[in-house]
Amino acid sequence: MTRETIINTALVIGLLMVPLWAWVADEPFIITLSTKVAILALAGVGLNIAIGMGGMISFGHAAFFGVGGYAMGILASHAQSYTPVFGLFEGSNSMPVIWLAALAASGMAALGIGALSLRTSGAYFIMITLAFGQMLFYFAISWPAYGGEDGLSIYMRNGFPGLNTLVPIQFFAITCALLAGALLFAARLAKSPFGLALNAARQTAERVETVGIYPLKLRLSAFVISGMITGLAGALFADLNRFVSPTMFSWQTSGEIMVFVILGGVGRLFGPVAGAALFIMLEHVLGGLSEFWHIYLGLILLCVVLFARGGIIGTLAGRGVAHD
Amino acid sequence: MTNPVLSVQKINKNFGALQACKNVSLDLRPGEIHALIGPNGAGKSTLIRQIAGSLRPDSGLIRFLGKDVTPFGTVARARMGLGRTFQISSLAMEDTVLQNAVLGAIGAAGGRLGLFKSALKDTASRNVALEALTRVGLQDHMATVTAELSHGQRRQLEVAIALTLKPKAFIMDEPMAGLGAGGSKRLTGLLDGLRTQAPILLVEHDMDAVFALANRISVLVYGEIIATGTGEEIRADPQVRSAYLGEEE
Repeated sequence: MTRETIINTALVIGLLMVPLWAWVADEPFIITLSTKVAILALAGVGLNIAIGMGGMISFGHAAFFGVGGYAMGILASHAQSYTPVFGLFEGSNSMPVIWLAALAASGMAALGIGALSLRTSGAYFIMITLAFGQMLFYFAISWPAYGGEDGLSIYMRNGFPGLNTLVPIQFFAITCALLAGALLFAARLAKSPFGLALNAARQTAERVETVGIYPLKLRLSAFVISGMITGLAGALFADLNRFVSPTMFSWQTSGEIMVFVILGGVGRLFGPVAGAALFIMLEHVLGGLSEFWHIYLGLILLCVVLFARGGIIGTLAGRGVAHD
Repeated sequence: MTNPVLSVQKINKNFGALQACKNVSLDLRPGEIHALIGPNGAGKSTLIRQIAGSLRPDSGLIRFLGKDVTPFGTVARARMGLGRTFQISSLAMEDTVLQNAVLGAIGAAGGRLGLFKSALKDTASRNVALEALTRVGLQDHMATVTAELSHGQRRQLEVAIALTLKPKAFIMDEPMAGLGAGGSKRLTGLLDGLRTQAPILLVEHDMDAVFALANRISVLVYGEIIATGTGEEIRADPQVRSAYLGEEE
């Protein structure tokens, strides 16, 4: 077993044991925090596919997080008021339906944004993705039908067949299962021919062209996959809070998702899990000490970038071991 | 006479006032090694990039397998069977040697790239990669991270990836550069046998290798081909002697 495997196993055990302990000890708040970690980690797993595998430093993943969130908000609010969505079809308060809608909507958003943004690279790519995120942010603010600036409250958490999603531990189990699925998918993707080619395109696009593969197609497909996973996380996040607001689209949200990835370790499978867990712990612990806890987060982030390039996982596990 | 596999017809390329290619024509016939030599800055790499498709000529035609490929990009030409190696190694440095070679095999197989199955466990592409690595002598370094290879081994890997493509023509940009005497000899032997599989357009500075291998040699000076012929003819050509070979003596 490599050290990275041991660390990943420890993370999984931690993410499962903490809420189980909290369940036994009747600490629903801790369960909710763990659920938040799982959801934000899922958003990070999405972004990590773009940044870590594809080398696409997207500063606009809040766009997909928000689209996922609003997919949930729109469907659920129409189900709540028994009115059809855009006068066309019924709303829904079933999680699986909402997830599919969130995946489809964020995938389409990623296809459009990716097709335009991927003409650029480097700093321009960062800026153009940021610009798209901000465009959606202001669009959400100025769209009165779904709450505009105030956002949209959903009174009931959406349902999942056979479960009571209002019970914190059950909702945690759902988010955790989806996170596990996404991690499994990302792990297989990294080793697949697609992942191999994408990874090579990040390092040398010329080589990939020379073997007859279009780097742009690889990047766009990866960007769509990445946006869809982050969009699914957005739908879950909205369900966790039972509230959707334009904040989900804000550049701060993009920044936070990026912080999970960088804190945990860019390109590391479990990096976003470690990053999101540390972020939420810091927010909880430091936030209790000071209102200005972001200063300390900034210092930690600075240290990671300066001294621990591989993030938490990279520092603990050493350099990445090549597969096979 | 058989049709050339690759033919470059009257190509011109200017960068501002600099004429990098002046009316360049050359062809590559089945079964031959055609060497392209010339002093530094003669425009060899510019010509290679136009043949490979990463640079468009200002005028002129490039025909490959009887088809005009001038408007095609690198990917389309690679898919048709143009196997290129780079002068400055262009490899996925963080990946292993085997991963680099498998990438070639995957590309050559064409079609969709799978999202779920493991690339390295796919026996078809793995075997193609292993065979190519063995031919260049890298079979003992499969698990090595490419960044840790010596310069010469990177050159060998470049050639191995081109082999995995099973191309209809090879374009090799200084494959011997930086190789030690042993490596150079080994690669010379490999290329010698390779010409029956697909003809090779070889840009090379190593004159021993060029004269040992090439069926024909073209000499490029200041963007212009001043002579094309067999090794004997080139050696005897007074223009070539003064422009190029003479200076080396």
